[in-house]
Amino acid sequence: MSSKILMKGNEAIAESAIRAGCQAYFGYPITPQTEVLEYMARRMPQLGRVFLQAESELAAINMLYGAACAGVRAMTSTSSPGFSLMQEGISYIACSMVPAVVVNVMRGGPGLGNIQPSQADYSQMTKGGGHGDYKVLTLAPSTIQELVDHVGLAFDLADEYRQVVFVIADGMLGQMMEPVELPEMRELRPPPAWALTGAKGRPKNIITSLYLNAPELERVNQELQAVYRRIEANEVRYDTYLLEDAEIAVVAYGTAARIARTAIRRAREAGIRVGLFRPITVYPFPYDALAEVAGRVQEMLVVEMSAGQMLEDVRMATCCRVPIRFFGKMGGIVPLPEDILAEIEALAQGKPALVAQEGA
Amino acid sequence: MVEAEKQERIVFSRPKALTDTTTHYCPGCIHGIVHRLIAEAIDELGIQDRTIGIAPVGCSVLAYHYFDVDFAEAAHGRAPAMATGLKRVQPDKIVFTYQGDGDLAAIGTNEIIHAVNRGENITTFFINNAIYGMTGGQMAPTTLPGQVTTSTPFGRDVRAAGYPLRVCELMATLAGAAYVVRRTAINPREIRRLKKAIITAFKVQMAGLGYSLVEVVSNCPTNWGMTPIESLEWIEKNMLPYYPLGDFKVAEGVENL
Repeated sequence: MSSKILMKGNEAIAESAIRAGCQAYFGYPITPQTEVLEYMARRMPQLGRVFLQAESELAAINMLYGAACAGVRAMTSTSSPGFSLMQEGISYIACSMVPAVVVNVMRGGPGLGNIQPSQADYSQMTKGGGHGDYKVLTLAPSTIQELVDHVGLAFDLADEYRQVVFVIADGMLGQMMEPVELPEMRELRPPPAWALTGAKGRPKNIITSLYLNAPELERVNQELQAVYRRIEANEVRYDTYLLEDAEIAVVAYGTAARIARTAIRRAREAGIRVGLFRPITVYPFPYDALAEVAGRVQEMLVVEMSAGQMLEDVRMATCCRVPIRFFGKMGGIVPLPEDILAEIEALAQGKPALVAQEGA
Repeated sequence: MVEAEKQERIVFSRPKALTDTTTHYCPGCIHGIVHRLIAEAIDELGIQDRTIGIAPVGCSVLAYHYFDVDFAEAAHGRAPAMATGLKRVQPDKIVFTYQGDGDLAAIGTNEIIHAVNRGENITTFFINNAIYGMTGGQMAPTTLPGQVTTSTPFGRDVRAAGYPLRVCELMATLAGAAYVVRRTAINPREIRRLKKAIITAFKVQMAGLGYSLVEVVSNCPTNWGMTPIESLEWIEKNMLPYYPLGDFKVAEGVENL
């Protein structure tokens, strides 16, 4: 059964969603994720499912909210500026506790920025992003195969926790091609009991995020926080590479992590004991696992395609027990393996491991 | 006693599609009348078990407490987008939005225009009382020229604040609109006409003809600073000349419903 096909990241996102039972897709064209929309435009009608190009990302997220209220598996995808527009709807969806999936194929920012790959929406995606106390389980793939797997997983986790789930990708993952193994087509699941399907033979269902009574809203917030504690207890995912005997740990996710792997391999060839710690869930962040790593390496190198957003989580996890060097590229620049290798070599030669917030 | 009860004939009761509760609406507000008429229409069409309503942000934000049908509460202005999502995945359901003038004609103009233009098979009840009620009487997109509100304390100056938006006239230009009418509820005759329009709007959706929108020229005794009766007279004297009642779009096939 393991027949692999060559797929572009954005198309793999779409096909994986379809196979996970996505019944409705709403989107708006924005580079570098537009191929998700185009792929859905062809495939969804063929399967008798819903595809709709919205008039804005604001409308797309609210169409997704509506479809999610009907209890079907539904998704939208976008890129950074569009993701900003979706924050209002995401906050409502989080409070309403309806499952939904949002994929952000990040590009350079702030503002209109550019269309090159970036990881600068990390804080927006992992710390809330919209108004109010909410968080969103966020999966960070670093290969197209993982992109496929994570989109399917995102639908399952969204159902399990009745929450919106994010997949954090970037323009590199969206645009590049790799061989992937696609999962089997799954059966569509029936709508859950809470869904708005018409009050036939049951009392009416209401889906709202309005609680004018403060103690009631506090209770809803406590329920949400309890969901987040469960997610933090059960869903932490991470990967390591050559970390067992490492003296230096590189911490990176997504595209930055796969480039760091190449640099680590070359550093190993040069005799440097370096390994990779790669968060797969960036919320919940693998704080405990990284704290354990901090206890047995001498230095850490955080690599991001941002000014150092995950860096804050790494600092929290390690509590300053280990010196941390930071290497970041901004504005859509993708780091080269040589750049990261140079950073590793600098650490190995005992150069001061100061956090350089300004990046390269 | 039992015999006597059997002799009685019930001529007036609460519609099944309305819950038995006290509303938060101000005395004399037309929201109550429109709620009741929508509920009566749902009862008469026998669609209570397949109707889904969407409440706006504004005075009718709690509409879901008053209708006994499945209900969602949308973000400000986004009800038509949310309704689109709900309806597209279950086309056999009857989906309606209930929106005020701030919600539909200011923050939500993009969503309503595109939903109507796509010819979504959904129904919108648009309550136009020319003011933001819930936040305490600020200028709405439909506030009349010269009208005093808390954010136009010297009267709406159209040179600075622009002109009141005529929603029905605008929507009627869109190809996806099947039924666009303006009614009011200032007297029993107009209330009967409004009810008929509400039923027609639902029928348009049930027949899959496209978007149906019923605007109700409404009042706000509290924020207008009037008695309920004065507010009805103010509608007739000031609102109706700017917002004339009538049918702005009646697509082919609607007449036969």
